Amino acid sequence: MKGDVMEVKLEGESRAIARPRWLMPLGLIAFGALASAQTFGFIMSPPDRDMGNLEKIMYVHVPAAWTAFVCFFVVFVESVRYLWTSQERHDLIAAAAAETGAALTALTLMLGSIWGRPTWGVWWTWDARLTSTAVLLVVFVGYLVLRAFTDDPVRRAKWSAAIGILGALNVPIVYMSVQWWRTLHQLQSSPHTLLPAYAMSLRLNGIAALLLAFYFITTRYHVARLERANEELADADALVVTDVETLEASYV
Amino acid sequence: MTFRRELARARAVAWKDLRTERRSLANFSGVLFLALLMLLLFGFALGPDAAALRESAAGIIWLAVLFSGVLAFNRSYQVELDDGAFETLLLYPGARWPIFVGKLVANLAFVLAVEVVVVPLAGVLFHADLTRSLLGLCGVLLFGTVGFVTLGTFYAAVASRTRAREVLLPLLLLPMLVPVLIAAAKATGALTTGDVMGDAGSWIRLLVAFDLIFFTASLAVYDVVIAG
Repeated sequence: MKGDVMEVKLEGESRAIARPRWLMPLGLIAFGALASAQTFGFIMSPPDRDMGNLEKIMYVHVPAAWTAFVCFFVVFVESVRYLWTSQERHDLIAAAAAETGAALTALTLMLGSIWGRPTWGVWWTWDARLTSTAVLLVVFVGYLVLRAFTDDPVRRAKWSAAIGILGALNVPIVYMSVQWWRTLHQLQSSPHTLLPAYAMSLRLNGIAALLLAFYFITTRYHVARLERANEELADADALVVTDVETLEASYV
Repeated sequence: MTFRRELARARAVAWKDLRTERRSLANFSGVLFLALLMLLLFGFALGPDAAALRESAAGIIWLAVLFSGVLAFNRSYQVELDDGAFETLLLYPGARWPIFVGKLVANLAFVLAVEVVVVPLAGVLFHADLTRSLLGLCGVLLFGTVGFVTLGTFYAAVASRTRAREVLLPLLLLPMLVPVLIAAAKATGALTTGDVMGDAGSWIRLLVAFDLIFFTASLAVYDVVIAG
């Protein structure tokens, strides 16, 4: 069965897999928004009284953290929807969101660390927000590793949906327990705790990060569909080859 | 009536698992020995300062239990998978949750049996006063272990059927155990040092809440995981 790749269809879907036309413009808009929001932040917001230009890290760090949480919420919702409907696309969207979320979480932690060193004097401190973000990262890295080590697509989808739900459920519990364990933390940044000039930059960068994450998730989802189609093709080829071998064996 | 029959099935699964373990004791002795070894190694790593050791005793006890207990869960499914017995177990008429509950109970008995040896020995090695409030300590050990074993039994159902089960189970399980570890270690620490802050009770209540949440959540999605 050697078909044109673009003609490949996933099980239960009537249309062939094609790259969505709006994907490229979306990417251009997302990167454009990021570049302009960053430029806006650098030009319009004055250096902080205490931190100086160090506060510019906030325009990537805080939006990345917000967007990462949105991604993990998507993982949770799409996992529930997969278990509800058994439609593969929910599983693939959840996986795409988990990958994007894990990357953004890692970025958040790294930038927080770089910011924390000159501000707090340490690279790392065991406070509630940092620690639960780190736990969040390892939970979802586990989710991605599980996917990598499970070959059967239905098993992979079911198992990772279950683990995605439990992992998402664990996030508030970890946060709560770490907070009771040790809370020596300052107030988190939100537009309400900031001067208008900072708040505007933060909001714009938040929107840009969200657009970018949406672009990453849809691109990853598209690639995941192609990968799945490729897997199915390979399976079909394997079946054909086995048949020929049995046929040859029967002639001997 | 049906519920009682399902409970009887859960008991049968637990009994079968425990009997298999009792007849060989291979897994039990391995896990127990590893836990004891870890107590020694923690002692060497932290140095001979008695005050420092006493301070870290609670954390060491729980880490030794967690890291050694992780090895027990995969085997709980592995013995079934090796001989294709798991499919048979699934084919029996009735609900799937008794399989989970049965395996959970068997694993609970297993880990508690390890703790019966490990915890007193840790008390001796690290100069922790375990008898100060013995009943409370038993409660912490029980509830902490229930949380640990609930998640362990659930995640092993997934991990034991993947290619990299030895690596995958700790990778999936240990991050999920952070809340249980915090509450259990805090409560144990409080109870062995006299509970100066009077917060052991709230940590134990928190542990019970975690147990209930994780048990309900695992039970809710176990069917999906086990059938896949």
